[in-house]
Amino acid sequence: MDEAQPLVELTGATVRFTSTVALDGVDFRMFPGEVHSLMGENGAGKSTLIKALTGVLAPDEGVMRLGGREVAFASPHDAQDAGVSTVYQEIDLLPNLSVAENIYLGREPRRWGLIDHRAMRRDAAGVLADLGLAIDPAAELGTQSLAIQQLVAIARAISTEVKVLVLDEPTSSLDTDEVAELFRVIRDLKERGVAILFVSHFLDQVYEICDRITVLRDGRLVGEYLTTELLRIDLVQKMLGREASFFKARDRIEQAPQEQESFLSARGVTTAGIADADLDLAAGEVVGVAGLLGSGRTALARALTGVDRLESGIISVEQRERTLDSPRSAMRLGVVYSSENRRTEGLVGEMSIAQNIALALQAQQGALRRLSPTRLRELAASWVEALDIRPADIDVPVRTLSGGNQQKVMLARLLAVSPRLLVLDEPTRGIDVGAKVEIQNLVAEMADNGLAVVFISAELEEVLRVGERVAILRDGRIVETAHAADLNVDSLMALVARPDLPEA
Amino acid sequence: MTAAQTQPSGTQPSETRSAEGAGLKGAVATFTTRHASVLPTFAAIAILIVLLAGAQVRFGNFLSPGNMSALLYDNAHLLILAVGMTFVIVTSGIDLSVGSVMAFTGILGASLLTAGVPVWITILAMLVAGALIGMLIGVLVQHFGVQPFIASLAGLFLGRGLAYVVSLSSIRIEDPVMDWLRTRFAFEGWYITPTGIIALLTVVVGAIVMHKTRFGRTVYAVGGSEQSARLMGLKVARTKVMVYVISGLCGGLAGLVLTAYSSAGYPRNGVGTELDVIAAVVIGGTLLAGGRGYVLGSLVGVLVFGTINTIISFMGAEQSWTHIIVGALLLLFIVVQRAIVARSERGS
Repeated sequence: MDEAQPLVELTGATVRFTSTVALDGVDFRMFPGEVHSLMGENGAGKSTLIKALTGVLAPDEGVMRLGGREVAFASPHDAQDAGVSTVYQEIDLLPNLSVAENIYLGREPRRWGLIDHRAMRRDAAGVLADLGLAIDPAAELGTQSLAIQQLVAIARAISTEVKVLVLDEPTSSLDTDEVAELFRVIRDLKERGVAILFVSHFLDQVYEICDRITVLRDGRLVGEYLTTELLRIDLVQKMLGREASFFKARDRIEQAPQEQESFLSARGVTTAGIADADLDLAAGEVVGVAGLLGSGRTALARALTGVDRLESGIISVEQRERTLDSPRSAMRLGVVYSSENRRTEGLVGEMSIAQNIALALQAQQGALRRLSPTRLRELAASWVEALDIRPADIDVPVRTLSGGNQQKVMLARLLAVSPRLLVLDEPTRGIDVGAKVEIQNLVAEMADNGLAVVFISAELEEVLRVGERVAILRDGRIVETAHAADLNVDSLMALVARPDLPEA
Repeated sequence: MTAAQTQPSGTQPSETRSAEGAGLKGAVATFTTRHASVLPTFAAIAILIVLLAGAQVRFGNFLSPGNMSALLYDNAHLLILAVGMTFVIVTSGIDLSVGSVMAFTGILGASLLTAGVPVWITILAMLVAGALIGMLIGVLVQHFGVQPFIASLAGLFLGRGLAYVVSLSSIRIEDPVMDWLRTRFAFEGWYITPTGIIALLTVVVGAIVMHKTRFGRTVYAVGGSEQSARLMGLKVARTKVMVYVISGLCGGLAGLVLTAYSSAGYPRNGVGTELDVIAAVVIGGTLLAGGRGYVLGSLVGVLVFGTINTIISFMGAEQSWTHIIVGALLLLFIVVQRAIVARSERGS
């Protein structure tokens, strides 16, 4: 099915944001009648590439060709007119209007200048029937299931002359039957020569539906592969990357894992994203968490730190059963969480370093017992020094700092409340190599001082280097907990990917 | 290729597998999936019927032609304002300025007429003045990101202030056209005035615009999800300004109708009317959160409001009871609406 001429061809696409390069000279192509998958971890540049394809943002460099002609989309509307339609993860439809209106809104059939609802319903029924969907076009969209809404969004996308259909995580809220229905529609569209970009973090689905896979990592193109020729483990390896040559394993002060009592132990912890997780954490121990995007990494972190309520399961802190029903109650027990989204769920960009560091401490003290400004500044200054935050000026707004230094401010803030257990969700994502090593060393230092740490990272080398034990997550379950010393990157990778192959 | 066949060609009869077939099987189920948002309006109609029937039983002569005709005659200005307000609330906005815009345009018209300005120019000036204040609010909301509540509060003060600038006291008018506007065309005890006809026409035009034009559907789209509407390529900004212009225009029209009704302009007219209007619109089934509502529902809401008013005066009770009852009713409706919204959110 390899045709000489790709339908979409993006060459040297580069997108820069203020301080980071989100997409760095990426080449990408799609052929008519193929289902193509874009794979990569968080921050690999998937969504940036999609946005560049669909006119949401214009690449700083690079050329896009559609059917051989050079194009530049100024808006999603332009892209749609050219035949590139997108169905977003969050369904961007209107629940208060009918199915038919959602398909035709903005280009309704009209008679005498007035909308001809009847013709619109009839046409909509045609489009839906064309997709083999039995949906009442007059029904209000909000009364339909999410799966149907998703299919209606696709119906809207293809009711224009569509050449390229981008499906961004279309299956994340669908059950198995609904996914099957979606795949039927995708195959049908493929038959008609539509090029479909299917973005999903479910490997099974990617392998089931996709013909070709493009892998991105850190904003760069890793490669383009035929699905049939790419083993799952190789795909995972390409997604996660290996920079092993960069680092040497940290010398571990072998504290001989004396069977000391655990500080926190979780049994059967279940929330929306994680099922039946058991985990023990001793003081001074670093447990690495490895798993792919969507495997429940963040859900585990949030469950342990009171951000998400447990559906079932028990968390004991120092052998006493506790209910961690809010980050605040967790913090009172010495359990703190550092989110993977430092900008949106962590730091307050406009506030200074000192104010950011003081936030958690002030929250812990309560609003009534104010910290004196002098005390606050002393404290902030000491943390800036201890963690080597640069610039060493506690009054600059945090947003002006580099990613690594922002992460350190975040750490300083959490450390300021003298926690017992620190849960770090991707603390090194998006920061440069030097800062990564600094953060890793800091974590080791904190552990040496008796702090228990959960260290979540998409980079397996890092997990192995920092963690003494590693909990491996797959599909929302902890499938194994092993000593880091007994693992190497390859064996860990095999555990992280589905072991569909009798190897490693 | 195949997609081309599904283009809205308008004439091509396409196979329908589901549309009418499903309707025969479970008419009720089909109705609820298609028209769940009409339910609050049905509730309002039920309440109206109960009120009318109850009053008839209690007073015996309540449903008389004269009394029923007066319902439209006395509430024509409210009805016009309610139509404009429906547009605004469906986009999930609010317009607090309508009462004072009505007062301002009314007193403006009265003073222009006394100054000898021809009546048609006067009427045009009233409508334009209302629309301009509406546009000011719309621009504040859309282009300066001011909360609709605050922007229209500014409009409220502006309108009231301008009304006092025009005149501090009532201005009587004597004009043949204004007199004609309240002539009663009678038929066997029933009557209707041109003001009533204007109000009903406003409802009809409003309903058609809301349901049969791209602009009207965009109003609903904006209320459903502004972000989605924008991503769908709809003209969100223009629509959001336009609904306030429409509301302002309705304010001017209501000013005309009220001035003709009372044959005077009065700067203190319509104090608190915006709240009556909002109450009537909400009782008529329009969701304050936006995205759902009907102009015809607002008609029902105004009739409920007017009926309660009439019942209170029949009983000879204090008029303040009207507000207590309307307040209670409003509370009930908002709770019912919350329940409906909560249910549909859980359903999806």
